[in-house]
Amino acid sequence: MAVIRDMIPAFDLFQPTSIEDAIDLLDQYGDDSWVFAGGMDSFDWMKDRIKRPTAVVDLGNIPELKGITSSDDGLEIGAMTTLTEVASNSDVTSRFGLLSQAAGLVATPQIRNQGTLGGNLSQDTRCWYYRAGWPCYRAGGNICYASAPLAMNREHCIFGADRCVAVNPSDTATALIALDAKMVVHSSKGEREVDAEDYFIGPGIDITRMTVLETGDILTTIRIPGTWAGAQFYFEKVEDRKSWDFALVSVASALVVNNGRIERARIAVNGVAPYPMRLDAVEAAVTGKPQNEETAEAAGDIAIRGASPLRHNDYKLPLMKNLVRRALREQAP
Amino acid sequence: MADVELITDAAQQGVSRRSFIKGVIAAGATASTASYLFRNSSPLAALPTAQGSVERLITLTVNGQQRRVDVLAQETLAMTLRYKLGLTGPKLGCDRAECGACTVLIDGVNRYSCSILTHTVRGQEITTIEGLESANGRLHPVQQAVVDEGGFQCAFCAPGFIMSMVATVEANPNPTREEMAHALSGNLCRCGDYNKILDSAMRAAEYARRRA
Repeated sequence: MAVIRDMIPAFDLFQPTSIEDAIDLLDQYGDDSWVFAGGMDSFDWMKDRIKRPTAVVDLGNIPELKGITSSDDGLEIGAMTTLTEVASNSDVTSRFGLLSQAAGLVATPQIRNQGTLGGNLSQDTRCWYYRAGWPCYRAGGNICYASAPLAMNREHCIFGADRCVAVNPSDTATALIALDAKMVVHSSKGEREVDAEDYFIGPGIDITRMTVLETGDILTTIRIPGTWAGAQFYFEKVEDRKSWDFALVSVASALVVNNGRIERARIAVNGVAPYPMRLDAVEAAVTGKPQNEETAEAAGDIAIRGASPLRHNDYKLPLMKNLVRRALREQAP
Repeated sequence: MADVELITDAAQQGVSRRSFIKGVIAAGATASTASYLFRNSSPLAALPTAQGSVERLITLTVNGQQRRVDVLAQETLAMTLRYKLGLTGPKLGCDRAECGACTVLIDGVNRYSCSILTHTVRGQEITTIEGLESANGRLHPVQQAVVDEGGFQCAFCAPGFIMSMVATVEANPNPTREEMAHALSGNLCRCGDYNKILDSAMRAAEYARRRA
């Protein structure tokens, strides 16, 4: 859709300086409002005139949404912190290298300089039928163009399809699930904390949303507990190009290994389902097992159980299997 | 002989032939294209603004100058720079944050001007390629390096690449070739001239170190 239209249709731009003011605006304008963080996802929608908000609420002037602070034994990251900062901050790199690695692999330097952690987590899916404005299920229609007989669905899901077969595009989502992070969401009803893995929802829960965020909600903070600090981490993102691209499949794992035995494990993959998928069955299967090739092989096999590929994406099965194996092998220090 | 003297005269008065011609073009061109782009058809520009939303008349700091400009709420920085301020250095290749030709510096950080709402950078230092040269006409070390290495073929992508190089040599004066390639991975060259661009970038880092 790289077509240059002359201008984005008009909207009112608000630049509140506090979370409360931002929420008031969202409540006032309801479904006509749009939460604007870095804007890297928003611009496509607006330039293509597929989403036409009348009130855009820019979160960029709210100081409490930016920055990384140590808390108790973990970290608190403001949702408007740029991906560049997340990737380079010494507290993140030294203790939660999994997240800095993931953030550093998002898109390009320029996008990371502007795109935010909150935005990366909350972005919409990249299914091109949906993004091109086709009236699919996710857009409120009653058909999925990506699973039609002649559809191009090489990038679509192998798990979790429910009318919609799109995938979640976020790189940082899996890292935060593996780190057992909590998402702090503010609305006029107050503050609530959501586990990272529950923050993302599938089409079965609500086909029009990627996350628990509803109109009037703002993701304000990402809390990372100290539980997995300094664990053995593995992050890998497989993409068609080494820059700019979204993951075909990505994997993030955190392991605590003692005397060659896996004591605790958390592992998540993305690019395979409409939501980043935590692999509970793999975690259960490898916990207590020696960290060796046999365990890795078994984990890979378990990971892809129940997958149902579409016409053009069965390559994702061996890809995901191999990534899960790699994520469980011993890492070179 | 007479021609050469004329040009020299102009240069001594601080107006180069190039900038004179550019000035003439900009005066006409910005007026005409802007009227096309910002024509007053109703869904584009004519919403009555709600109370509490941004004021249209703002001041931007561009290349060290304070520029008063009328900016729509939905206007991107690339549009403002190119069509209102006559700064056509930032190119619109894709208008989708997918090519890097529009790269500018915001407070020294390289970003895509096609994907910035102008109102979000009020009060920040905006630098385009036009602002790299020093007042006495001396090229920025990165520009000099690109000239010396002949780094580009068609050079449509050059302003964007050069802005990314400037940000990179500032942040990391001693990059390896690999680090430089990574730092420039947000800019595309359709001529596929990456090796020569990287040569220029490494030379740029060297010049910048020497001048520092």
